[in-house]
Amino acid sequence: MKIKNILTPIAAGILLAAPTLHAETAYVSNEKDDTVSIIDLDTMKVTDTLNVGERPRGILFSKDYTKLYICASDSDTVQVMDLKTKLIIKELPSGEDPEQFALHPNDRHLYISNEDDALVTIVDTETSEVLAQIDVGVEPEGMAVSPDGKIAVNTSETTNMVHWIDTTTYQLIDNTLVDQRPRHVEFSKDSKILWASSEIGGTVSVINVNDRKIFKKISFKIKGVHPDKIQPVGVKLSDDGRYAFVALGPSNHIAVVNANTYEVEDYILVGRRVWHMDFNEDQSLLLSTNGISGDVSVIDISKMKAIKSIKVGRYPWGVIVKP
Amino acid sequence: MNLAASWYCFKGILIREFLRFIQQRSRFLSALVRPLLWLIVFAAGFRAALGIAIIEPYETYITYETYIAPGLCCMILLFNGMQSSLSMVYDREMGSMRVLLMSPLPRPYLLLCKMVATALISLTQVYAFLLIALLVEVEPPLIGYLTVLPALLLVALLLSSLGLLLSTKIKQLENFAGVMNFVIFPMFFLSSALYPLWKMQESSEWLYWICTVNPFTYAVELVRYALYAELQTEAMLITMIATVVFSLLAVTGFNPKKSGR
Repeated sequence: MKIKNILTPIAAGILLAAPTLHAETAYVSNEKDDTVSIIDLDTMKVTDTLNVGERPRGILFSKDYTKLYICASDSDTVQVMDLKTKLIIKELPSGEDPEQFALHPNDRHLYISNEDDALVTIVDTETSEVLAQIDVGVEPEGMAVSPDGKIAVNTSETTNMVHWIDTTTYQLIDNTLVDQRPRHVEFSKDSKILWASSEIGGTVSVINVNDRKIFKKISFKIKGVHPDKIQPVGVKLSDDGRYAFVALGPSNHIAVVNANTYEVEDYILVGRRVWHMDFNEDQSLLLSTNGISGDVSVIDISKMKAIKSIKVGRYPWGVIVKP
Repeated sequence: MNLAASWYCFKGILIREFLRFIQQRSRFLSALVRPLLWLIVFAAGFRAALGIAIIEPYETYITYETYIAPGLCCMILLFNGMQSSLSMVYDREMGSMRVLLMSPLPRPYLLLCKMVATALISLTQVYAFLLIALLVEVEPPLIGYLTVLPALLLVALLLSSLGLLLSTKIKQLENFAGVMNFVIFPMFFLSSALYPLWKMQESSEWLYWICTVNPFTYAVELVRYALYAELQTEAMLITMIATVVFSLLAVTGFNPKKSGR
C-alpha cells in the first residue's frame, strides 16, 4: 500500500512531464515537390511529408504555433494549415506569386511580397481581408517586419532597393539602394539594425534603421570557391546578438559573421545551394535548407560545424522550427 | 615454444626496429611529409571538388581533406610496410637476417614478430599525422582515435605481410625500387583513398572493378569507418583474409638463402 502511495505521484509526475519532453520539429517547404517535410530534431529524421499548394516557398508559424502559413507561389495563395490536424483550413488572398512574407508582431497581419506584380500585399489572417497593396520595386522578394512592429521592409530583386513601409499608414516612406539582387532582410532584435543580403552583389548591407543608411557592407571570400559562386541569400541573427549567419547559395557554405564587429569569423560547409535557415528554441542548432542537394543541414552552434544532413523533398526552400 | 623466450625475442626485434626508426629520423620525417604534402597541397586544389554528396560513414558534407585523411593514414602504413620488407632484403644481403634466424624459435614466429614491430612503429607515425591533420580541420570524433587503433593495426599487418611476400620474390635490392612503383602506386591510386568509388564508376566501369578487388580499398574503408567509431564488417573480413593469405604465402615462401650474390 505504501509503495503504491509513493509510486502513484511519481507516475503522475512522469505523465505530466511527458508533454514537455516533446521533441522539437522542423518544417521544411519543398519547392519542387509541393510538400512540407517534418523533421524530428531528436532523431534527426523526417517523420512526415504533407502535400500543400504548388511551389511552396516562405513558411511561418502563428505566434502560438497552432497554425502554419505557407506561401504557395504557383497557386497564388497563402495557405493556412492547422498544425493539430495537419489540414489546410484556409487560403488567404495573397496576390499573385507570393514568395516571402512576414508576420506582424500583432500575430494578425501578414506582409506578403508578390514577385510578379511588384506589390506588397497586407492581409488580415483572421478576416482574410486585404488591408492594402503597396507598389514597390520590380520583383519584390525579401520581407520583414521590425520586432517593434513599426516598420515593414521589402526588397526588390531587380530595382535593387530596400523599401521601407510604415505599418500604421501602409505607405512607402523611403528606399535604400543596395547591391544587386537583394534577396532577404532581417531585423536585429531591438529593431535598430537591418541586415540585407544581395545575391549577385555578393554582399550583405548592414543598415541603420533610424536614418535608413548603410553603415557597413560585408563581403565574403571562401578558400577554393570562385567568387561568382558566393551569393548571399538567407540571413539569421542569434538572439544573444553575437552572430549573424549568412547562407551563401551555390558556394555551399554559411558565413558566420560577428554581429558586433561585422567581421566574418568562419565558413561552415553545408549542402548544395543553401537558401534559408532557422534556429531551434535554445539556439544550439541551426538548420539550413540546401536547394540542389535536397537536404537540410544541422549545424551545432557550439562547434560551428554541420553535424548532420537530412534528406527531404526536392528543392527545399524555407525552414522553421517548432519548439 | 617457451613463452618467456618468445617474449624476449619479440622484445629484441621490436627494440631493434625502434632503434633503427629513431636513428633514421629522416625516415620518420619523410613518412610524415609524404601524406602531409597530399593533405595540405594536393587537397587544397580539390577542396571544393568534394562536398557534393554525402557518403557513409559521414553524416554531412565534408571537405576533401577530411575525405582523404584515412587514405593517407593507410599510405603511411603502405610505405612503411614496403620499406620494412625492403630492409628485409637488405638484411638478407648484409647477413644480419641470418643472425636473427639462428634463433631456436620457429621462423614464422620470427617473421610475425618483425611484422608486428613494424606495425607498431607505423602507428606512431599515423597518430602524428592525425594530430597534424587537426590543423586543416580533419576532426574525427574523439572516440574515433581509439576505435581506429585496431583497424590501423590490422591494416599495418596486411601491408607488412604483403611487403614480406614481395621480399620473398625479390632477389636483389635494386629490383625493389621497381616493385615499389609497380605495387605502391597502383595500389594507392586504384583504391578509394583519393576519390570515392562511385566517382570512379562514373568515369570508368573497369577501373571501378579493379578498385573493388584491390584489398587496399577495403583497408582504407575499414580505417575510414573506424575513425568515425563505426565497423565496416565487409572491409574488416576482407582485410583479415588478405592478411592471413599474404602472411601464409610469405612465411612459406621465405628463404633466407635466396640472394643475388
